[in-house]
Amino acid sequence: MASELKHRSEIPLTLPSMTWLIVFFLVPTIFVIAMAFRSADPYGGIGNEWTLQTIKDLGNPNYPSIIWRTIWLSVVSTVLCIITAIPAAYYISKLQKKAQDIVLLLIIVPFWTNFLIRIFAWKVFLHPEGAVKQILDLLHITSPDSLLLYRPEAVLIVLVYTHLPFALLPIYAAAEKFDFSLMEAAFDLGAGKIQAFMRIFIPGIKQGLLTAIIIVFIPALGSYVIPDIVGGPTGEMIGNKIAQRTFVDRNLPHASALSAILTLAVILPVAIALTRSFFKEKNSASIGI
Amino acid sequence: MKRSRFPLYITIAILVFFYLPLVIVFIQSFNASRFGGTWHGFTLSWYAKLFSDKNIWHAISNTLIIASASTVVSMIIGTIAAYSLYKYKTRLQVVHNIFIYFPLVIPDILMGISLLLFFVSLKIQLGLVTIFLAHSTFCISYVAMVVLGRFQDFDYTIIEAALDLGATWSTAVRKILLPFLAPGIAAGGLLAFTLSLDDFVITFFVSGPSSTTLPVYIYSMMRHGSPSIINALSVIMIAFTFIIIFFTKKLLEVKK
Repeated sequence: MASELKHRSEIPLTLPSMTWLIVFFLVPTIFVIAMAFRSADPYGGIGNEWTLQTIKDLGNPNYPSIIWRTIWLSVVSTVLCIITAIPAAYYISKLQKKAQDIVLLLIIVPFWTNFLIRIFAWKVFLHPEGAVKQILDLLHITSPDSLLLYRPEAVLIVLVYTHLPFALLPIYAAAEKFDFSLMEAAFDLGAGKIQAFMRIFIPGIKQGLLTAIIIVFIPALGSYVIPDIVGGPTGEMIGNKIAQRTFVDRNLPHASALSAILTLAVILPVAIALTRSFFKEKNSASIGI
Repeated sequence: MKRSRFPLYITIAILVFFYLPLVIVFIQSFNASRFGGTWHGFTLSWYAKLFSDKNIWHAISNTLIIASASTVVSMIIGTIAAYSLYKYKTRLQVVHNIFIYFPLVIPDILMGISLLLFFVSLKIQLGLVTIFLAHSTFCISYVAMVVLGRFQDFDYTIIEAALDLGATWSTAVRKILLPFLAPGIAAGGLLAFTLSLDDFVITFFVSGPSSTTLPVYIYSMMRHGSPSIINALSVIMIAFTFIIIFFTKKLLEVKK
């Protein structure tokens, strides 16, 4: 009787969240993809007829360069996050428990301050009239008429800044569980430091690395505020185009088509990761929040 | 074998990298010059200007209303979702799991634009309600994931034992399940509250003219206002964050 009751209650218990997410997540996502095939009306709304014109317009020479920039900025920032996070996670996980907690807290605390304010801090930091630029000019590292701000490199730095903790935490979580006596064993068997690190430690923290890559790469693809504030016209990413088409040109089908591309680019890696983790063991730590 | 010092240096470099911009903002907030290539003397005028700005207080109250409402809704729905994900291992739950997971990874801008198109097509007036609906959507997923994490240490046989001993289902939930989950639900709620307070991108897409939240207001100040006032606001917000963290830590220590 009890088990019968349990099964009858599965539906009502699943219903609230499922309904909510279908209405406010699935349906809107399908809307976006559908809108990409509608025409734009001249008043900034959505026309009535179906068309492939919007999709064809994406061949416009403007877009491929922005899509390309979005991809390389996301890839390079992910790589930079991962290669700095690995040695740091290695170091932190070998500290004593108390020291680990302190260093972790120091890493997380700046990220409890408002997202916009952290990006704004970089704008102040790199500003042409700011102290950093003036010092670099004095040392002749930069010339007075060059800019630190409003270029793709500035976007890259801030992308790494905002995403590094999200790479660090899952890699640290994996390193913390890693059995360091395996490294000792490798040394005893004659492995060099670098060899042991690359062939024992790195494979040992594979799951953490995978989580870190997903958790950095995907939000980076969809960045909007960072290139908007520190990027300038030469640092624009696909997110900026979506916002421009929505708020400036009021061309909603165009914004939808760009969003649809981005959605597909995001769903693919997530779907791969999700199926992988579902068939392996469920690992709540791997969400890394 | 001598340990390599390289990982230590990287860790120190990362910490410097994390704090340096915040330190600059702190110094600049007291600088009389606007961008401060040079130090024009100590001033508190940016703070004075900040406190005389009425719009900020309106934005703060909007932000708090939305954050509280979406926290409550997401704590309830998210906990129920976590329970069904934990309890049932059916195909429906595999789909359910994917639905819960996606809002966590999808970039904010996609969620923003899809909800904007959705509300506009249904002719729903953009405002506090639409922001609340949008925030609840991602908060539900975060709460569900945090509570689900708590469930992993839960021994379901305790509930079965209670039922065998004659407890009703609602008593078992009230006396066993909820007290056990409480820290997880609280942590999830705290996370939801912070994320709602902090969200800019989604809010920017679904907010109307009179429903400005603090992040949206900060953004418009960055674009059009004086940067020095934002420096002052940043310092206050950072200080506020530190105070909250400090008290939360103290509170947890007392409980232990």
